[in-house]
Amino acid sequence: MLAKRIIPCLDIKNGRTVKGVNFVDLRDAGDPVELAEIYSAEGADELVFLDISATEERRKTLVNMVRSVAEKINIPFTVGGGISSVEDVEILLNNGADKVSINSSAVKNPQLINDLAQKFGSQCVVVAIDAKQIDGQWIVHLVGGKVPTELNLFDWAVEVAERGAGEILFTSMDNDGTKNGFANEALAKLSALINIPIIASGGAGNIQHFVDSFKVGKADAALAASVFHFKEIEIKALKQELRKNDIEVRL
Amino acid sequence: MKIVIINYGAGNIQSIMFAIERLGFKAVLSNNKEEIQAADKVIFPGVGEASYAMGKLKESGLDTLIPTLKQPVFGICLGMQLMCNKTEEGNTKGLGIFDVDVIKFSNKVKVPQMGWNQIYDLKTDLFSGISENEFMYLVHSFYAPNCAEAIATTNYDVEYASALHKDNFYGTQFHPEKSGDVGEKILANFLKI
Repeated sequence: MLAKRIIPCLDIKNGRTVKGVNFVDLRDAGDPVELAEIYSAEGADELVFLDISATEERRKTLVNMVRSVAEKINIPFTVGGGISSVEDVEILLNNGADKVSINSSAVKNPQLINDLAQKFGSQCVVVAIDAKQIDGQWIVHLVGGKVPTELNLFDWAVEVAERGAGEILFTSMDNDGTKNGFANEALAKLSALINIPIIASGGAGNIQHFVDSFKVGKADAALAASVFHFKEIEIKALKQELRKNDIEVRL
Repeated sequence: MKIVIINYGAGNIQSIMFAIERLGFKAVLSNNKEEIQAADKVIFPGVGEASYAMGKLKESGLDTLIPTLKQPVFGICLGMQLMCNKTEEGNTKGLGIFDVDVIKFSNKVKVPQMGWNQIYDLKTDLFSGISENEFMYLVHSFYAPNCAEAIATTNYDVEYASALHKDNFYGTQFHPEKSGDVGEKILANFLKI
């Protein structure tokens, strides 16, 4: 059976991991390659690197990082953050990224999804959607949840799937950082509505939250950052617990 | 050992290059017919859309070369699919090495299949030392149905051929270069054939 995936997410600034990480055995806690290797060895199924740097050098730095990661690790990884053109994607894929994740640029220019799917195949196009509830409606937000759009989460998800996205990374801004669990109701609705894989993001605090994201939220994969970085949850133990709950995982 | 990765402008070849380097070998990228013919091992990668990739192969005349190769050839993902008779994707005629037609998953399952799934009923030296039911990384919307040339089976929607073999030709639907240490072992096995 196809396994449910566990995906640690690393924030990258100027080629270095940003969020404080609590790996005592790391020689260099800011080195994305070293962290990637550790997660890979612990059983992560994929990795996501989210670039949040805003310098002119950002692209060159990011490409160098992608290359170093691809050289060292043998599991798939996605790169996101500031990607806005076919050219941006081409250079990342050519340097070893398996998938790219686009967010604001897809909202501003939805045709980009079609263009990327056509040129590189849907399998490498992840559309990230950040949303939060306003008056009971799930509204898509930009700039890390700061700027609301006119778009409804579910309408937008259907559109990106139709345009050729291979996967949706849905972050609930209501849940993100709360450690109270994923937005399972919205996740389950998304999963019923569209026929491409959904990655759950935002709200992971304990192992049961992951169980719920798969059982209740029907997610295909679950992504988290701090619970892994601070070793509050170890990936191996998490996967063993998922298996005990009859959730198929790669162990 | 001279390893050539066929470079025809379709797919993520860097990951395969790096995987081969991790195994302690060096590969060269080439679309040159003489260089490909002279190689000890040929890897035929592919990611993306079938008709586009087949068009690229034809542009360089590699569509007629590949079926005539005598050394071990390893098609990965779309590379494997293009080695079949035809594929439903873009209604594309393939290289006809494997006697099977590639078709699309039904909408009873999420398409593409994306992630780690198990391989079983393993045959040939490609899987030497590999246990049954190991997880491999797959990303695909089309598949080769189970057939006489299947050397690995996977279950998604249906039981299908996740690896194929005929004479000196091997193909895997999964990405050995992205399937952890077990995937690397399969790649190493191919280099020993």
